[in-house]
Amino acid sequence: MLLKQHDKESLQRDNSVLQVRNLKKYFPIASPFGRVSGHVKAVESVSFDLFESRTLGLVGESGCGKSTTGRSILRLIEPSDGSVIYKGEDVLKLKQKQFQKYRREMQMVFQDPHSSLNPKKRIGELIEEPMEIHKIGTKSERMERAMDLLRRTGIREDQYFRFPHEFSGGQRQRIGIARALAVDPSVIVLDEPVSALDVSIQSQVLNLLEEIQDEFKLSYLFISHDLSVVRHIADEIGVMYLGHMVEKAPTDDLFANPLHPYTQALLSAIPIPDRKQRRERIIIKGDVPSPIDPPKGCVFHTRCPFAMEQCKTVTPVMQQHSTGHEVACHLY
Amino acid sequence: MSHPLLEVKELKTRFSTEKGTITAVDGVTFNVDYGETLGVVGESGCGKSVTAESIMRLLNEKSTKYGGEILYKGRDLLSLPESKMLDIRGNEISMIFQDAMTSLNPVFTIGDQIAESIVVHQKLSKKEAMKKAVEMLRVTGIPSPEKRIHEYPHEISGGMRQRVMIAMALSCQPSLLIADEPTTALDVTIQAQILEVINELKEELNMGVIMITHDLGVVAEVCTRVAVMYLGQVIEEADVDTLFDSPRHPYTRGLLQSIPKINGDREQKLHTIKGVVPALDNVPKGCRFAPRCSFATEKCLEEAPVLDELPNGQKVRCWHHARIKEREDVPDAIEAT
Repeated sequence: MLLKQHDKESLQRDNSVLQVRNLKKYFPIASPFGRVSGHVKAVESVSFDLFESRTLGLVGESGCGKSTTGRSILRLIEPSDGSVIYKGEDVLKLKQKQFQKYRREMQMVFQDPHSSLNPKKRIGELIEEPMEIHKIGTKSERMERAMDLLRRTGIREDQYFRFPHEFSGGQRQRIGIARALAVDPSVIVLDEPVSALDVSIQSQVLNLLEEIQDEFKLSYLFISHDLSVVRHIADEIGVMYLGHMVEKAPTDDLFANPLHPYTQALLSAIPIPDRKQRRERIIIKGDVPSPIDPPKGCVFHTRCPFAMEQCKTVTPVMQQHSTGHEVACHLY
Repeated sequence: MSHPLLEVKELKTRFSTEKGTITAVDGVTFNVDYGETLGVVGESGCGKSVTAESIMRLLNEKSTKYGGEILYKGRDLLSLPESKMLDIRGNEISMIFQDAMTSLNPVFTIGDQIAESIVVHQKLSKKEAMKKAVEMLRVTGIPSPEKRIHEYPHEISGGMRQRVMIAMALSCQPSLLIADEPTTALDVTIQAQILEVINELKEELNMGVIMITHDLGVVAEVCTRVAVMYLGQVIEEADVDTLFDSPRHPYTRGLLQSIPKINGDREQKLHTIKGVVPALDNVPKGCRFAPRCSFATEKCLEEAPVLDELPNGQKVRCWHHARIKEREDVPDAIEAT
């Protein structure tokens, strides 16, 4: 069922499904009279590729821009600049109406399964709704597919007529996943899909996500602050800090050899549920600076233990360090 | 003979609701001693927070009924009148809550809020209390505290707010600190800072700490002993190394196995515990974990097990703990769904 690592690698290179280049999102800060006094620089020149049947994990702390990145790709919020190339076309240049057909192929699963399902609709209808919007199949075909997806995601078909409140958090997240699958997408953005769930339920949902990825040949953009979860599910990980992607590497590489000082601190800060695996902690001081007025030069220099003179003035760019392992830091 | 710091004996906390009485905590027993950190872990709804709130007597007394004893330095907190409880709360026993934003009062400066409990409990003047507040903020690692005390909660970051809460909780040098998910709302790098502060202050003040959390990683980092709760009961208690090395209760094992390991085999499927936690108004007969347990037998479905103490001090509430030990190196002891 699960593709082994080497199979996945051989699949990789040519099967880039989606290319994101220099994505930017600035939110204007407007006074009550509409005068713009500044910008929140939420996402700053982020680039990456998504590959078929593979998962890119996006990690970072709150406010680092990982969710904004995910939403910008689907144009749930309009990015300020950059390009998102899907099937050779820059989807950011399309009018909303033309974009509609691509939206079918790019779906999203949200963090909070309690607020992302319409409480007035039965779960069957909820799963059929996206198919209706995209005019897929006849009514009975849609119903059949909804039943099928319920079964596939581990919910009994006879629960088709139930309402969301009758389900637990884990089940609701399954319904959210079934809904995203309904229109047969090729890309799914998962924004903290298991963060609201208890550990025993979390593992059920993670296993489901892995199974359907292979079955439906899906590319995932998996956004999470939980590094152990990302490590488990992602093939490649991008680390974000204050709107910038500071490091990107294949998962095993990133954990074995983290290059950026922020990645090193982040990895060392994870509490490990194993007493024999204790290691030296790198505790970085202070808080994340405000994205309204980010530090000049490298955004991390205010908290970086290795900061040098040039870090304060020159912004480092992403550079290839070894195959597939990129880092934006003056140390390398 | 000196008493241990805190002894909770057969604590029962019942709520009367429209649907009838719900027993949220059902016979919980544990001890906490000076300089010790007891971790209380479990999933949502297992009663870990209600246990903490019962110790502090924070629950609405009209709709809550307590049973059992909570002995603090030998005195039963449950039989104290509210007026005596006021001297203990925030003074002898303090609590830190998960959400620092809603736990701080938005209309007072942080200095005022820390000074308040110092004025009340230590009978100092406002001026002296403010000085002490600055001192406490410095101890928790807030830079330039003399400026910070004039700021309001919304002006500072989440990590800072949690430090303010810790400063507030520790301002009267309590003997017991209850931390209810103190780092759950924080990012990992900030979490690491806060856990370090709590640990340092525990050593310095020789406090007992009850650390309530759902994160087994946090437990491994800071706790000396751990009690695992499921549906209102402690199902396993052990010192932290024993718990991680040889958990005896199928639920504890299941929990440990379902977390993705930072050093585990990535290709391996995660373990799952089948089913979901039942509702508290519909507690299974017999062992409460039996419907989800792969070890369950007829007996488990009929008779409730008691918390057995093993020779090594580990306590387990399971009929089959001997059998589970035998299968220790079989990783598939818990069935995947």
